[in-house]
Amino acid sequence: MSRILLIWRKFLNVVMLTLTGVAAFGVVAVLFLILGYLVWNGGKSLNFDFFTQLPKPVGETGGGMANAIVGSLKLLFLAALMGLPVGLMAGVYLAEFGGKTFSYVIRYTTDLLNGVPSIVIGIFAYSLAVLPFKHFSAVAGGVALGIMVIPITVRSTEEFLRAVPGSLREGAMALGASKWRTIATVVLPAAKGGIITGVLLALARVAGETAPLLFTAFSNRFWSPGWGQPIASLPVMIYTYAIAPYDDWHRQAWAAGLILLALVLVANIGTRFVLSRGGGGRSA
Amino acid sequence: MGATTHGNNATAARRAPQIVMTEKPPTASEKEAQVRFEISDLNFFYGPKQAVFGLNLKIPKNRVTALIGPSGCGKSTFLRTLNRMNETIRNTRVVGEILLDGQDISQMDVVGLRRRVGMVFQRPNPFPKSIFENVAYGLRINGYQGRLDDLVEHSLRRAALWDEAKDSLHKSAFALSGGQQQRLCIARALAVDPEVLLLDEPCSALDPVTTAKIEELMFHLKDSCTMAIVTHNMQQAARASDFTAFMLDGRLIEHTETSKLFTTPTDPRTEAYITGRFG
Amino acid sequence: MERHFEHDLEELKQRLLWMGSLAERAVHQSVQAVLDGEERLAEAVLGEEDAINEMQIEIDERVQRLLALQAPMATDLRFLLAVSRINGDLERIGDQAVNIAQSAMRILRHPQVKPYVDLPRMSELAEAMVRDSLNAVVRGDQELAQSVLRRDDQVDRLRDQLFRELLTYMMEDSAVVFAAFELVLVAKNLERIGDHATNIAEDVIYFVAGRDVRHPALDRR
Repeated sequence: MSRILLIWRKFLNVVMLTLTGVAAFGVVAVLFLILGYLVWNGGKSLNFDFFTQLPKPVGETGGGMANAIVGSLKLLFLAALMGLPVGLMAGVYLAEFGGKTFSYVIRYTTDLLNGVPSIVIGIFAYSLAVLPFKHFSAVAGGVALGIMVIPITVRSTEEFLRAVPGSLREGAMALGASKWRTIATVVLPAAKGGIITGVLLALARVAGETAPLLFTAFSNRFWSPGWGQPIASLPVMIYTYAIAPYDDWHRQAWAAGLILLALVLVANIGTRFVLSRGGGGRSA
Repeated sequence: MGATTHGNNATAARRAPQIVMTEKPPTASEKEAQVRFEISDLNFFYGPKQAVFGLNLKIPKNRVTALIGPSGCGKSTFLRTLNRMNETIRNTRVVGEILLDGQDISQMDVVGLRRRVGMVFQRPNPFPKSIFENVAYGLRINGYQGRLDDLVEHSLRRAALWDEAKDSLHKSAFALSGGQQQRLCIARALAVDPEVLLLDEPCSALDPVTTAKIEELMFHLKDSCTMAIVTHNMQQAARASDFTAFMLDGRLIEHTETSKLFTTPTDPRTEAYITGRFG
Repeated sequence: MERHFEHDLEELKQRLLWMGSLAERAVHQSVQAVLDGEERLAEAVLGEEDAINEMQIEIDERVQRLLALQAPMATDLRFLLAVSRINGDLERIGDQAVNIAQSAMRILRHPQVKPYVDLPRMSELAEAMVRDSLNAVVRGDQELAQSVLRRDDQVDRLRDQLFRELLTYMMEDSAVVFAAFELVLVAKNLERIGDHATNIAEDVIYFVAGRDVRHPALDRR
């Protein structure tokens, strides 16, 4: 009787192990499928016009998404301006100061904020930055994206600051540096590699957010002057073009998707470079 | 009385003695040492736990004082009270008086105190900057205006690192070996010209050759700097210090000249520790 | 790398040599006092005794300190142990010189027993041994130390010769017994000085080569 049990167990062992390998392969396959799809469909529509021309009026073929590319960049800039200082300083506070309970509360709420659906943040930014002024604007979009940048920045700043060994802080303080001096001249430079990667990842993440922009930056078929006007962005353009009935627009949507993905990939791969190059340098 | 004659013809042939030495060798006189730190009735608490009990000690100027004792006897804790580094740890309390040249250090500006009393730690902790920037750090944060190059060179010379480092001043400090990094940390501490240098087991992570180099540089630094060194290596204390203090369970057991402590200690506990018969 | 320990060893060596110089001079002067009948020389030797003894104490204190504080190894260790022994031998040489000086003061009161021939020869030999053993210490010279060892027998033979001669004189003429007896003592002291110089030479070989050459008759295995 037990002989059969043994054979069954061996069989089960092999099957399960194989399944885990297959699943792992599946993960990689999904990413490559997406990549492949985008490259195949979007690559065809990528041309010089795409990067330089404004969208053509409805019905006409051709044109590009120059305003959306610039718009996304402008929005990222605003998000960085509004979210990074808060995130960085809060991260410094958590890592260097803070009592037990207060820090615990801050971390917990940061995680909660991270989990808030992006569309809800969009509505919040709408009521804060759109309603009072009665029109959509790049600034409002920046506010929404800025709020989303904060949690990621806080956590990664805190983590990389904590990774700096305490002996460096002691060394600086023993020379007569005040606490803030120590942080600014020794700890932050030591952690700068990790912090920069955290910032890049945060920005790459919000670059692709669509929902919050729908209520704040809205969109624009033309160039958006200054910061107070509705502004085009890549994700919103993808949304608009993809549900439209024009093939030409579909192709342009693919191309935009490819650009976005390329942006995210470059940011991710770039951060690996910065981290491995010892951006900051740990102990010998 | 010598009325009798004694023949001299044989003696004339004797040579005068060829004395090996004609003059008595001189003895260097040691000046009496003044007091740099005066510690009175020091008690130290980590939260509710007391680590140092009623310590009374005078640390003499321009001498090396070693603190020895088994692990956990409170010697590092005590050393760190001298530049108030324990304040960076939460929940610590200092009771008692510590005077530096007659001034109470708890009443001083802590930043000013740490410029006068420098510290070198157990493991080398150079900043992730260049060698030059490491040494210049203390100078920069203290607002020193003048020519940094000269001061950096002077400090590196005092730490016996100039010859090895002069061609790579702008390379990262991490390119140096462990022993060189520790000497860099010493140079960094010396750059602000402290009156006192506290060394917390500075050689415990280093090999014997580097240890010997650092002990030799301590010998030469004595003239300009008072030093207190915590060490668990008794032979190092014997070789390198002028005075030794033996601590046990947070109390000072014996404090006297090193030559006396290691040849004729007065307390039986000291004798037990230094002869290795400690339980 | 120049260690300040080297400096301490050098200072110790200097003091040992100074002590040796004092001892050598004491021997020479004390024998001269006998040969020339100079009471002042004898008194000078007696006056120098304290200097030699003080130096012995100082040297021993320094050796103790260096052993305790520096935990020396190899040659340094052997050197310090050798210094400690040589120290003792030099002090004994000093004592022997004092004894000779005291004998000199007693001999002065009597007429010379005989022309001094063997005595100066013996004292020259002994003094040379002391000097050479000290030079061997300075230079770490094993060869020189060996030559000192070889001369010990000569000194012993001269002593025996002197004993026989003086005995003959004493048996022939009982009036000379006082002086002759003191001369016997002087010869004995000189022979002892030669022995101590030999000890010093053995210590030199010990610290230079690490070999213990004392008591060669003993079977070492």
